[in-house]
Amino acid sequence: MTAAATDTLRRTPLHDRHAAAGARLVPFAGWEMPVQYPPGIKAEHLEVRRNAGLFDVSHMGQVETSGPDAEPFLQHVLSNDVTKLREGGAQYSVLCREDGGVLDDLFTYRLEDGRFLTVTNAANHERDHLWMAGHAEGYDVTVRDAADDYAMLALQGPCAPEILAAHLGDGEAPARMRTARARVAGVECLVCGTGYTGEGGAELLCAHEDAPALWDALTASGAAPTGLAARDTLRLEVCFHLYGNDLSEDRTPIEAGLGWAVKLDTDFVGAEALRAAGEPADRLVPFAFTGPGIPRQGNPILVEGKPVGLVTSGTLSPCLGIGIGMGYVPAAAASPGTPVEIDVRGRRRTAEVREKPLYRKEQ
Amino acid sequence: MAAEQTYPDDLLYHDEHDWARLEGEEGTFGITWFAQDSLGEVVFFDPPEVGTTISKDQPYAEVESVKAVSDVVAPMSGEIVAVNEALGDEPAAVNDDPYGEGWMVRVRLTDPTERDQLLDARAYEKLVQES
Repeated sequence: MTAAATDTLRRTPLHDRHAAAGARLVPFAGWEMPVQYPPGIKAEHLEVRRNAGLFDVSHMGQVETSGPDAEPFLQHVLSNDVTKLREGGAQYSVLCREDGGVLDDLFTYRLEDGRFLTVTNAANHERDHLWMAGHAEGYDVTVRDAADDYAMLALQGPCAPEILAAHLGDGEAPARMRTARARVAGVECLVCGTGYTGEGGAELLCAHEDAPALWDALTASGAAPTGLAARDTLRLEVCFHLYGNDLSEDRTPIEAGLGWAVKLDTDFVGAEALRAAGEPADRLVPFAFTGPGIPRQGNPILVEGKPVGLVTSGTLSPCLGIGIGMGYVPAAAASPGTPVEIDVRGRRRTAEVREKPLYRKEQ
Repeated sequence: MAAEQTYPDDLLYHDEHDWARLEGEEGTFGITWFAQDSLGEVVFFDPPEVGTTISKDQPYAEVESVKAVSDVVAPMSGEIVAVNEALGDEPAAVNDDPYGEGWMVRVRLTDPTERDQLLDARAYEKLVQES
């Protein structure tokens, strides 16, 4: 990495904490982010499944929508039914182009005073904000880039609720898919019962200057610093989509299996194209290897010996100890149990289509 | 736990971060401390088959961490006479003991003079420090 490239990268308010903890910092979507800490990806991953991990996700963006028409405006641009989103609630949706291609996948929180906060992927943030602002004509709304207002931490794992409760004082943690304002370790936060690991816990939004104190309090209580690499393996085990891998402008949310977050009758931007497209030819499916090997993004997927699609995400599952991934295949090959092969750099590895999620916590 | 950074004096080194331990007409190959540290925890080693002919400077195997795949380059040419099957079950031995339990293949060398093109420990360590 050259010095010039490093100079242009943005740093989160927790950069010093990561450096002090011995993190490996890498460029990610214009930010210098911790990809892993000294324990390593596998150990960090398992720590989140067994105890609790803490992620700096301050690179993620936020767009705040306010004004009398905030709800009808968001209904116009987001795929889900925003009228079902009550104050203090959270909702997943996608942002579509007119042709149904996916621009981003997003969580929207409904705050007090009719305001909404939409969390964007770092790499898409500016485009999302411009897209939303560009579709606001005719609506009495303010669409504001609020990314500089917030640092964002994700506290995840079976012990995360306990750690959070210890720092909430008299406050109460929001339920899953709910949000609440609360002081956590003395820091004013928007606490959201959401996450990207399949574990319990919360995502915490706070002011930049408060982030180090919040980080210190939560790590002191046993939440292990966890890098973006483990975040990726954790989300893939539970089949959460990653924009740029599993979602793109070339794919519709229906192909991607996100029909549950797409309410065509709300007539959002892209709904007409999706309605006209009908049943998609391809489907995004999770798969697991039945033998050795590790699938990687871009590996061809074969059905009955013929290439039919590409792996969009692949890794070795730290919990299952086998190669896992997701990729697009023809609808006829999308049923769980369908045998497939993955061409891993010239070697055909055996796999089968599985149900979501690939990893399920033992009851 | 991961090994401490070392580059033993009795080995020869290839600038693609591989080592060779020469014993008569045979050599044992593996990857260096620097290579395993850059890669992270090794979770998969796909060994070549015994009998395979390998060529100096060409990849002969792949080693994978959770995030990345890396080619393993032959420091010298020859025919593989043994592979470290134990790495199938314990690939992290490459991290724990890169010059011992983490060895990858044993090779009958076809051109022992190729050793003259390899680096000694001091020269290799210098290369690593400058990279």
